[in-house]
Amino acid sequence: MSTTAEPEAELFCPGHASCPGCAVALAVRFVLKGLGPRTVLVIPPSCIAVMAGPLPLSSMQVPVFQTAFETTAAAAAGLARAFRARGEEVTVACLAGDGGTHDIGLQALSGAAERDEDFIYVCFDNEAYQNTGNQKSSATPWGAWTSSTPRGKPTRKKDIVEIMAAHRIPYAATACPAYPADLLAKIERARTLGGTRFLHVLCPCVPGWGIADDASLRVARLAVESRLFPLYEVRDGLRYTITHEPVGVPVKEYLSAQARYRHLTDEAIRQIQEDVDQGWARLVGRARALPPRAFA
Amino acid sequence: MLEIRIHGRGGQGAQVGCQILAGAFFKTGRWVQAFAAYGGERRGAPVTAYLRVDERPIRVRSDIERPHHIIVLDATLLDDSSIVASLRPGGWLFVNAPLPGVPPWNSVRVVTVDATAIALRRGLSPVVSTTMLGAFAGASGLVPLEKLVEAVREGSPARAEENIAACVEAYWACAGLEAIGA
Amino acid sequence: MLTQVATRHTRILLTGDHAVAYAALRARPHLIPVYPITPQTPVLEKLLELQELGELTADIMTVESEHSAMAACIAASLAGARVFTATASQGLALMHEMLHYAAGGRAPVVLVNVNRTLASPWGFWADQTDSLAQRDTGWIQLYCESAQEALDSVLQAFRVAEALLVPAMVVIEALYVSHTLEPVEIPDPELVDEFLPPYEPPVRLDPATPRGFGGTTAPVQWRANRLALKAAMELALDAVEEAGRRYGELTERAYSSVETYRAEDAELVIVTAGGIAGTAREAVDQLRGQGIPVGLVKLRLFRPFPSARVAGLLAGVGKVAVIDRNCSVGSGGIFCQEVRAALHAHRVTGPQVFSFIAGLGGVNVSADRVMEICRSALNAVSAPPDPILEERL
Ligand code: SF4
Repeated sequence: MSTTAEPEAELFCPGHASCPGCAVALAVRFVLKGLGPRTVLVIPPSCIAVMAGPLPLSSMQVPVFQTAFETTAAAAAGLARAFRARGEEVTVACLAGDGGTHDIGLQALSGAAERDEDFIYVCFDNEAYQNTGNQKSSATPWGAWTSSTPRGKPTRKKDIVEIMAAHRIPYAATACPAYPADLLAKIERARTLGGTRFLHVLCPCVPGWGIADDASLRVARLAVESRLFPLYEVRDGLRYTITHEPVGVPVKEYLSAQARYRHLTDEAIRQIQEDVDQGWARLVGRARALPPRAFA
Repeated sequence: MLEIRIHGRGGQGAQVGCQILAGAFFKTGRWVQAFAAYGGERRGAPVTAYLRVDERPIRVRSDIERPHHIIVLDATLLDDSSIVASLRPGGWLFVNAPLPGVPPWNSVRVVTVDATAIALRRGLSPVVSTTMLGAFAGASGLVPLEKLVEAVREGSPARAEENIAACVEAYWACAGLEAIGA
Repeated sequence: MLTQVATRHTRILLTGDHAVAYAALRARPHLIPVYPITPQTPVLEKLLELQELGELTADIMTVESEHSAMAACIAASLAGARVFTATASQGLALMHEMLHYAAGGRAPVVLVNVNRTLASPWGFWADQTDSLAQRDTGWIQLYCESAQEALDSVLQAFRVAEALLVPAMVVIEALYVSHTLEPVEIPDPELVDEFLPPYEPPVRLDPATPRGFGGTTAPVQWRANRLALKAAMELALDAVEEAGRRYGELTERAYSSVETYRAEDAELVIVTAGGIAGTAREAVDQLRGQGIPVGLVKLRLFRPFPSARVAGLLAGVGKVAVIDRNCSVGSGGIFCQEVRAALHAHRVTGPQVFSFIAGLGGVNVSADRVMEICRSALNAVSAPPDPILEERL
């Protein structure tokens, strides 16, 4: 795993409107540090849009374009092409939530990825529409309680990284604000490449997941260390690298830390563990199958 | 204003033929307007193309309901009797048919030419529109051959020389021809 | 088929769609995000052909939907790029959300819409409801009668839109303009450059001066934003006149928001827009030839609606026949609503306004039909409150 010195500059100002202890806010802070000041952001409706600030204020030290919910990737593509046509070197980055990515924004994202549009897309996944009070999205995991899945979500979580990798984009990766060096290294790598680059960042949500104000990073660590959310990257949709070796704590520790899983039976937890084990085995197999080429 | 309608089937080149004829008239310094109902590009589907020619800018934008002349690329289309019925009195009907013996319709003057045979010989089948344009120009005398040839050259999507040859052959086959009928 | 008529333009046979593509070429946009749809597709195909020939330097972005096309247009425009796109019917309807976004975000996008029926059921022919249904989106709307007017109007739309930071839609009719081949003068590039200065917005998305665009607002701010857009839109009334005049100085083809044809001393004035206006000119000439004094008021600018001009032109007229190739179901012809509202607002009570709905779904409207419309209005004692369906005449 590469270690990157954390950039000094803070492009995300304090005093924004996130909940105390929000992992999304922390992740945004690291992502902006990694992107640097020659960046223009595209943000759809999301908790991030709220954090960006109500007009005429802005919590970001780079330009922000708040676009319509389903248009993030299309707007970013238009921006990147506009800067290229004007002969300007600018990094275009999208900061979107899981609803804006997995659900309503997927068509535009898939279209842009197929065209290999030149931007970095970061999905901050808090596993539901948290900005509107915790309604399920297609990123909500099986069994999780949300205000629109009162008996727990009956279907699986959509695997967005696999969807993006299937487009054979140059770079797709998972990350987590509990592992800031890993996150920054991935932003750094994404920046060295062109084309559509995608980061899927898991961000525990204090009210939505039913965790304490100071618990989001602990819960995030459990997601990673239980192998439920492994940290890895995929080059060109083919070459998988696991960037952090998880210790393999039982998934029950992760689940029992959150109120949204309070109703799960032992059998349900056993099924989730089985699913996590299978997923991990599949990932390890892929990482072995095609060794990564050295990054340029 | 001169109003002409071309009836054909998808693949026979009615639409492109109409644009070529428009081009030929345009080259004589006239104002033209050509259009065809799109969406009928399927092989064999009936296609109607419209052409207006005038000495001044053309303002009207509607289908041609009473044409001065009708060019028919496939004689089976005449099973629809409304086509001939729509011709203006004294109008000319140009039909792609093997025999010169097509019966005249009331006051309609009929010119037939075996455009299919000519086009086949030139390897153009099923495109017969350029051949029929030659017949039209020859019999009607409304557009000079050299302008039509230029327009065919510029407007043919492929095989320009073959299209020109077929057009010229039909032109001379019909040049000065007294139309059959009234 | 090239004929050099003068040194400052080229006269050539073009369809309306291809004329639009040449207008886009001359406007030198940076970016053209576009998605194909009948009957707009020839615009896209011609643009790609011009790019292939090395004439068009714009980046053509072939996106996966019209919605994304407009989203890309807006973002690129706010970054300082000149952008152009074209669509029709379902495509425009799909863009609807983003049309509002463009206007509110003050992105001066120029869009050509080919008026086509909206499904269901499917149809591919002329009908104005698609663009008229966008009347509240905050876009300038210009309706064109010919390929030449389409080309000229696209260039004028860029000038007006970019000066006011209000997006503009140029509308042409399916088939009768979009696919109709006719002589068109293409102005030389230098002439267009003289008419259309490069686009440099006062503020834009630029890392050198970080700003937030499009964030959340309090009610008072939202209202201020909307009122600013309203004020800019009102300026478009004069800006369209100025652009039409200036264009005339350079090309000898001047334009206005409203055009009249033989309307002096007319007992009956036809009011219509788009392709039917051309047919109506023919009908006016024929009726005048028979000694029947009719005239035409052609609505070119629909948004902002030139209310005072329309009311002024119709003030002394006995009868007005508005011909709509559209229908707002539950209300009637949309142009007629606007005309009646304009007369009412300006306290013009003289004219009897007849509302005719004609040519819906692309049904042919011939000069004969327009003459029948005129005769039926002239013969009527008074105008009925409900629209008159032309097919029942
Ligand atoms: S709702 Fe959740 S994701 Fe949104 S700001 Fe609060 S903690 Fe963060």
